[in-house]
Order: sequence, then structure tokens, then C-alpha cells
Amino acid sequence: MSNTDFKQWFIENFQTFEKSLNGEKTEAFHRIRKDALSKFSSLNIPTLKDEEWKYTNISPVIKHTFNIIPPEADAVPEIIGKFLFDNLEHHLLVFINGEFRKDLSRLSELPNGVEVGSLSTAIKNNHPVLLKHFGKYAEDSNNLFTALNSAYTKDGAFILVPKGKIVEDPIHIIFLNIAGEEKFITQPRNLFIAEDNSQVTVIEHYASDSDGIYLSNTVTEIFVGENAIVDHIKLQEESLKSFHIGRMEVDQERNSNFSSHLISTGAEFSRNEFTTRFNGEGGESMLNGLFMISENQFFDAHTMIDHAMPRCNSHEHYKGILQDKARGVFNGKVMVRPDAQKTNAFQENNSILLSDDAVMNSKPQLEIFADDVKCSHGATVGKLDEEAKFYLKSRGIGEEAATAMLIHAFASDVIKTIKIEPLREYLEEIITKRFNQ
Amino acid sequence: MLLEIKNLHASIDGNEILKGIDLKVDAGEVHAIMGPNGSGKSTLASVLAGREEYEVTQGEIWYNGKNLLELSPEDRAREGLFLAFQYPVEIPGVSNTNLLKTAVNEIRKYRGEEELDAMEFLELLKEKSKLVELDQKFLSRSVNEGFSGGEKKRNEIFQMAVLNPKLAILDETDSGLDIDALRIVANGVNKLRGKDKAIIVVTHYQRLLNYIVPDFVHVLYNGRIVKSGGKELALELEEKGYDWIKNGKSEVTV
Repeated sequence: MSNTDFKQWFIENFQTFEKSLNGEKTEAFHRIRKDALSKFSSLNIPTLKDEEWKYTNISPVIKHTFNIIPPEADAVPEIIGKFLFDNLEHHLLVFINGEFRKDLSRLSELPNGVEVGSLSTAIKNNHPVLLKHFGKYAEDSNNLFTALNSAYTKDGAFILVPKGKIVEDPIHIIFLNIAGEEKFITQPRNLFIAEDNSQVTVIEHYASDSDGIYLSNTVTEIFVGENAIVDHIKLQEESLKSFHIGRMEVDQERNSNFSSHLISTGAEFSRNEFTTRFNGEGGESMLNGLFMISENQFFDAHTMIDHAMPRCNSHEHYKGILQDKARGVFNGKVMVRPDAQKTNAFQENNSILLSDDAVMNSKPQLEIFADDVKCSHGATVGKLDEEAKFYLKSRGIGEEAATAMLIHAFASDVIKTIKIEPLREYLEEIITKRFNQ
Repeated sequence: MLLEIKNLHASIDGNEILKGIDLKVDAGEVHAIMGPNGSGKSTLASVLAGREEYEVTQGEIWYNGKNLLELSPEDRAREGLFLAFQYPVEIPGVSNTNLLKTAVNEIRKYRGEEELDAMEFLELLKEKSKLVELDQKFLSRSVNEGFSGGEKKRNEIFQMAVLNPKLAILDETDSGLDIDALRIVANGVNKLRGKDKAIIVVTHYQRLLNYIVPDFVHVLYNGRIVKSGGKELALELEEKGYDWIKNGKSEVTV
């Protein structure tokens, strides 16, 4: 497929998509979809000439023709079980090939007024909170893939935590894609609203246990109200032949606290765009990430922390472990606007290349327009410390175990900031399986 | 014979550092290897531990009936050889406990022994940490990270105590230690002496040998052992310095 074909495909198939909505074509919401489609048709497919896509070649993705209606699939509970964390009390939402599955989900008791469910239900009910927030943070203009997601919005997770409510147990959302012969696209659309003084933990988990070819084009919008606390984890364990384009936009009000972890074992191609914006004073934000890629995988983390208001703190630490011919990109922008005095911003990106053929492009960007701020950034790309490895070997620890120990140690900075212990253990297990066979 | 080094030549980046070393160490013995800076003391320790930057160009090393040069660094450790590093490495993110637990169990596995369970292992750590007066809180900290010079050296001897080697090589373990730390380290080492074990103390100064009394002292100069003797040789060196060795006196007095 050429560039125009890729766009044309989704424009032409929109009618098929509309038909698949059946009776769910609520007027007000469908207008949003149609507007998005027209924006999609007017936007260009990004190329290496676009600054934001300098190191990221999209052509391996758009050369495929993805069926816009995913095949029906059933998941046995055992497959879902593989992606659950031991010993964690949690609420569970399951989506199979993009569709919410009530029968596989499990919601324990929630505080009064808290809503955890599917976006399709919220659309059907013309939910006022949905109409108030949808598309306000992840705008369609200037982002082809967001416009595509908006036009084709059908389902996803919808969470509303009203003022002062606290959801104790994490909400674990599994997006499981089961691909056979047929290539398809799923476009989950998530909206998480934490109103003033509320608290919630959300785990967005993209998973597949096959090696099918599919494209996940996801958009997540998060609103963190005044003095609210949102802990967000995105976990990517996808098919090595799949493609993932994800965007997360976070709006932070006064004195809010948002933390994010992106943990990824990648796909064939993945691009994650995370933006958090301070809309009030006193906000705290943490964006941490860890990716582990091998073979011919490509992974791109694109983050932006927008200090629009004074007295906010941000902390960003991304780490990458690359094997074989894997290629990684980190592009972290920290914007400190003229009003954002007393900003504290820390950013760091470290990568380990375990082979001579692996490549990492790291691009930290600080743009500071205020004068009373404390900002730092740094990037390192290197190999495992040979001296440390010899030290471990000299204590009787073999090559593989020594390598695994040093990789665990490298990853630990990011993993230890995750608050959920069963999740930390799950991640340690992933690292062990990868490096300590 | 626990260790026998025959005509050992070794070089790094094409420069020959060791130019024919012969040394025999029997179980139960403590040998001190002394010499001025640049004489090859640390190179000898590194070659014994299996550091890959050094190339052995000639000679043989036999350890406990095995050809040491054919063993990987980890197998040497599993066979009971231990090197206390001159500059212990900091490893952020790996706790002392984790390092030792992995090491002990890999060594036990190699020897066909069962792994220690968590309780047995903690008991072992507790007992051995007392030996070098190392606070328990060090155990959960990252290996050597933020340790003072003295703490790092104590940690080396603590690891030695836990791994219980047949042949321990202490590479300048005394450098940078104040007298109290030196006493603690020496005490720890002395408690680990035994009739089936041997220790090679590599040092520039005689000071440590007041506390760890050697059976034999060898003087290394310019890549060769130029003089060997009993513990009194160390005192002689302390008094006269290394110049008389450098000036060509190289008769062997044993």
C-alpha cells in the first residue's frame, strides 16, 4: 500500500464501520466521528522529514492492509490468566480484539458513584462526562492516528471517579488481540476521569499470546482533577509481528499527582506518545519507562511534559535494553513556559546495547522560557559494565546469571518506583524469562 | 601442592608484565608477595583470577590438580579460588545479599550440593558478618555502592568468609585502610586460616604482615620473583626499602 492508499482505505471503509455500529449510532457522538474523519483525510502521513518522526519510519506499518472489522474471537480464561498478576486484589476489564467482554471481566465492589466499564456503554447513554471530556486532551488536529482513532471510536475503557472517591484496588484492563490469518486493526479509546480529591490506579495492558499481524492504534485521555492522584501503568506485551501506535494525553489540575510507567517488550513496531500538561500550580508528575526489545523490533517513546504553570515538579526516567538488531528511539521534550517559575524538572534516559548491531537514538529536549527553574536532563547509551560482570564471575556466578543480574539491576531504578508489588514481581519474572534461561 | 606456578609469562596490550614466575603454595601456608609499584603484583593476582585482558604467553598454573588456565573465572571461584579486589567494584541495583546468595548457590550447584534455603543462608550471613564487624544493614545495600574505602575492603573479606575459599588472594587489601580497619580486616582473615587452605597476600607495605603473619615472603620485581624468604624478609624490606632489590641483588635465601 502506498501512503494515499493507507488513508484511502480508512476513508472508503468508514461506511462499513458505520454499519457495524448497528443501533449505537448516537447522533451527538457520531458527529465527533465524522469530524474526525474529515480531519483524518486532510492530514498527511508523517515522514522522516517531520521533526517528530525523524528516527521513525512509518512505512513498515502502512504497507499493510488492515481489516477494519476485527475477526470475532474467543479467549479461554487460561490465556487471560497468563496476563494476570498473582496475589493482586483488582478490578478486571477485558477486551478481546477491541470489544468489551463483560463475561470475562470482573468488577468487585466499587465506591458509590464510581463507574468502571466500557466506552461503548457511555456512548450509548450519551454520558455527560464523556461528552464533556472526549477529545479535549488528545486533539485530532495535527495527529493523523488520533484522528483515525476518533473516527473509528467504538469501544475502550471508561472510568469515572467522582469527587473525593478513592478506588483502593487497581483497575486492570487487558486488551487482548487474537490474530489468525487475517490482518486487522483495533482502536481502543480510553477515557479516565479522576475528579477533585479522588484517587485511582489504572493498568492498561496490551497483550497477545500469538504472533499474528495486527495494528493497535490506541488513544487514552486522562483527566486528573484538583488534588487528585492517578497512578497509571501501561504494559505492552504484544505479538512480535504486530504494530502499536499509542497516545496518552494527561491533563493535570492544581496540586494533582500523576505517575506513569510504560513497560514494554515491544511489537515489531511501536510508537508511544505521552503528554502531560500542568494546568494548575503545585502539580507532580512522574513519567518512567522501561523497554526491552530484540531481533528486528523498533520502539519509539515520545514524551512531552508541559510546564504551563508555576511550582510543578516533573520526574522522567526512561531506560532501554536492546538486543540483536533492535532499534530504539527516545524523544523527551520538557517545555517550561514563561509563567512556569519555580519549576523542577528532571529527565534521564539510559540505554544498554547488548549487541553491536542494536541502535539507540536518544533526543532529550529542554525548552525553557522561565528564569527561576531547576531543570536537568541526561542521556547515556552503553554496554553492560564489564568490570562489574568480572566481579560477579569472580564470585562464582556464571556468564548468563551475571548478565541477568546486571540487567535486573539496570531495570530496577524504574521497576522499584512502581507501587504495586505483585506487578513488580510480574515484571521481574518477565526480565528473568528474557535474560536468565 | 595446592598451587604451582611454572615459568609464567603474561602480557597486556602487547607489554610483557610477568616474565617467568615460579611459585609453589601448599595448603595451610600464607605467602606474602611484595614489591615496588609496577613490579607485576596485581597482574599476578589478576591472572590467577582469570581477568581476560591479560594474555598468558608462556608457562603453566596448576591448582588443586587442575590446569587453572583452562578454567573460566567463575569455575575458578567454584573450585575454591577467591580474589579480594584492590578496587572493589560498585554495582548499583544488586544487593550484597543477592550477590552472595546467587554466588553460594551457583558454587553449590557446581559441586553437586543442594541449594541453601533462605533460613540457612541468612544464618550464614549473620555469622560471617560478625567476623568483619560489618553492620547487618550493609547486607541489603547495593554492592559497594557509597561504601567508604574501609567498608569496601571489609566487604571483600566478608564475601571471602561466606564463600570459604581454598585459596584466597588478597590484592592490596591494606591500601587505604586506617589502623582500626586494618586490624578488623586482618582479624577476619586470620580466622579464615586453616590447614587445608592457603592465602596469598599481595602488598606493597609490611604493615599488614604484622597482623597476618606469613610463612613465606617473596619479592617481585620487574615481573620476576627476585627474592624469597621467611617473615623476616618483610621486616628487612620495611627497613631498607626496595632499592637494594632494584640494585641487582637477586640471590635466593631459602
